[in-house]
Parts: sequence; structure tokens; C-alpha cells
Amino acid sequence: MIALFLRDLKLSVRAGGGALIGVLFFMTVVAVIPFGVGPDLNLLSRIGPAILWIGALLACLLGLDRLFQAEREDGSLDVMLMQETPLVLSVLVKCLAHWTASGLPLVIASPLLGLFMNMNEVAIGATMLTLLVGTPAITFIGAVGAAVAVALPRGGLLVSILVLPLAIPVLIFGVSAAYAAVEDPAPFLPPFLILIAITLFFAVIGPLAAAAALRSSSD
Amino acid sequence: MMNDQSLAIRKFSDLANPTRFLGLAERLLPWFSGLTALLFVVGLYLCFTTQGDYQQGETVRIMYIHVPAAWLSMMCYTVMALSALGTLVWRHPLADVSARAAAPIGACFTLLALVTGSLWGKPMWGTWWVWDARLTSVFVLFLMYLGLIALNRAMDDPGKAAKVSAILILVGFVNIPIIKFSVEWWNTLHQPASVMRLDGPKIDPEFLWPLLVMALAFSMLFFTLHIAAMRNEIWRRRVTSMRRQAARNLGMEGRKA
Repeated sequence: MIALFLRDLKLSVRAGGGALIGVLFFMTVVAVIPFGVGPDLNLLSRIGPAILWIGALLACLLGLDRLFQAEREDGSLDVMLMQETPLVLSVLVKCLAHWTASGLPLVIASPLLGLFMNMNEVAIGATMLTLLVGTPAITFIGAVGAAVAVALPRGGLLVSILVLPLAIPVLIFGVSAAYAAVEDPAPFLPPFLILIAITLFFAVIGPLAAAAALRSSSD
Repeated sequence: MMNDQSLAIRKFSDLANPTRFLGLAERLLPWFSGLTALLFVVGLYLCFTTQGDYQQGETVRIMYIHVPAAWLSMMCYTVMALSALGTLVWRHPLADVSARAAAPIGACFTLLALVTGSLWGKPMWGTWWVWDARLTSVFVLFLMYLGLIALNRAMDDPGKAAKVSAILILVGFVNIPIIKFSVEWWNTLHQPASVMRLDGPKIDPEFLWPLLVMALAFSMLFFTLHIAAMRNEIWRRRVTSMRRQAARNLGMEGRKA
């Protein structure tokens, strides 16, 4: 399992893996926003957490369609299917590796972008924390979409369309927790805990459904 | 005589034979469509003869289309989820036909609910669209329908498409309560519920009767369309396999010659 984790991590970090492209995309999306809404710093600091979250959500979707496709093409997916370790575990490990390679860099890059958005320290910290907790959920949901579309030659766009509606709760609670940390009356803990609950919930549902989809599309 | 007996339907699992299902559909469809038409005649008559609301005037009649369509949009997804269970658990051969046939119908009802809601919102709230919790979750449901249809269209092998979309339907079904709950949370956080209070005036029997009849009519319409769409899907698959067979035969003859 650790070997699989390291293998996936190495593959996605090295050239052609495309994990770092996600961070680049994230920065580009965030950098484009001020051109759309204007350079008003007050406005930017107000919508900053939301912008960071939407950027991260889109960037998370970028590499998802390749989660199982490369394995399918070179045949290692069949090896995984025939392994003694349950497929659910392999899928879970693959998701974690994918998140470490593409989700974690987004979390690390978010404070810098928060500065661009004129957010204060508390808002930056809260956004970073919610991203850290929330982005795994997007990966787990995305794994279902990736597994469902694995047999399609051009599944990339379809995966995004299928996954985005399902990821709405993550976005809602991530953004509301980030705002609750800044605005006084709203409590921070309830939305944050619900966000954690959603992540844990999809950590179970996602790999199960993805494994079922992979098994049915392989025969 | 023997043929009749072998095609008799005793259990639900007997419907697994598409020919039996087609026979049943043939017998049911005229009755269903007749009943639908009758219910619509009665329902529409009631809709237009009952009084308008003293506040909303004539626009309240939009409700008789809007509310049943919204109900049906949810019921249709439930039917799809049950069919998905049928595909994955019992491997019922007609379950995937049912799920596939229900998706476009559900999308149409959802669109109808959205459009009529929008038309109703313009005179009542002064705007076409509000990011109200209920509207938003119906809109998300619509997006999910479209995604499922797109997935089904993208795959050429119906067997594979069936299993894979059944998984997605079930994941979506689990997710719908979460989406609904979170959207309500989101909306109450940003703006207090002020715009849409359907339960404000207790619904009057004057409105209730046409509404119930229309809901029944819409349900019958759904079942009629669903059975017809399933029949079409079976026929379509038969035609495809016959075409393949014909092509194969042609190829064999060509090789011999």
C-alpha cells in the first residue's frame, strides 16, 4: 500500500504528471478575478475566501480524469483488480496520493494568494484550514466520477460536470466556515465540523462507489 | 395456448423477459394514456374554474402546474434510484432500461418546474430568479439529471453504461439530502428567509382539490411516458442487435464468397 502511495506520488510529481499544473491553474484563476471584479481592495478582501475556495475546487477537478485512466491504459489497473488486497483500499490509497500531489500544494499556495486578495491573517488561516479539511472530500467525490468515466476516451469534461453538483455541500460549508472565522456573530465550529463530517463520509462512499464502478467497467 | 402460458406474468421477476414486458406494456398503455387524458381534462377544468387567490390573483393558477412538476422531478429520481438498485443488486435486465428511460423525463419535469417557478416568481417577487434554498436545490437536481443523461449518451455499450450510471445515480441519491440540507444552511446564513413562504397562508380546499387532481394527472403522465420510453428503448436495442447480426452475416457471406 505504501509502495502504491509512493509510486503514485512520484508519477504525479515528475514531468508529465501534471500535479503542479493544478497549482498554476489555481494561481491563474485567482489572478484573473481582480480583472473581472475590479481592483477594489475592500471588495477583494470581502470575497477573498470565496474566490480561493472556487479556485481550489476548479483546480482539484483538473487532474481527476487521469486518476485511473493512465492505469487502465498501461494495464496496471487490471493488476490492481486481481490483487489480494481489496480494491477499495487501493482506490483509497490512490485518492490519498492524488490529494497529496495535487490538493496539498493548493493548500500551501493559498496563504500567498490570500495576501493578493488583501485578506487578514485570521481569514487566511481559516481559509487554509478549511481547504486542508475540505479538499480531500472533493478528491473522494471526484474518484467516483473518474472511475465512472474511465472507459471513455474523452471523459475529462464529463467528470467535471458529474462531480461539480455533488461537490456543492463541500463548497458551502468550506466557505461558510471561512467566513464565520472572520465575521463575529457566526460561530466557526459548526460549519467546520460539518465539513469534516462530509469529508469522512465521502472517504467511505467515494472509494466504495469508485471500486464498484471500476470493477464493472473492466470486464 | 402454450405460448400464452409461458408469457403469463406471475412474479415481478417474470418481467425480466422483455417480450413479457412488451406484452404488458401493450395492454397497459392505452388504459394509462386514457386515464392520463381524463385526469388532465378534469384537473385543468378545475384549475381554470376555481377562484384565484385574493392576493395573487390569476397567477396562482401557475401553482397547479408548478407544484406537481416539482413533486414529479423528485419522484422520478426516486424511481431511477430504485432501478439502479435493481440493476446492481438483482441484475434485473429491465432495471437499467427503466433508469435510462426515466432520466430525460425527469429532466423535463425539473425544467418545467424551474420555468413555471420562474414565470410565477416574476409577478410575485418581481424577479425571475432568487437564490432561494428550494430553487437552488431543484436547479442542482436538474444539473445532475443532465450529467446522467450525458454519461449515458457517451457510452456505446448499454450493459456497461447501465452499471456505471447506476452507481452514479445511487451516489447522487445519497447526496441529495446533503445538498438540500447544505443549501438551506447556506441560504439562511446569507439572507434570512423572507422571500418565499409557501406555507404562509394555509392551503385552502379551493386550491387543494385541483392541485391533487393535477398531481395525480402528472403522475399518470409520468408512468405512461415511462412505460412508452422503456418500450422504445427495448425496441431500439433489438434493432441495434439485429443490425449487428445482419452485418455479421453479411461479413460471413462475403468471406465465403
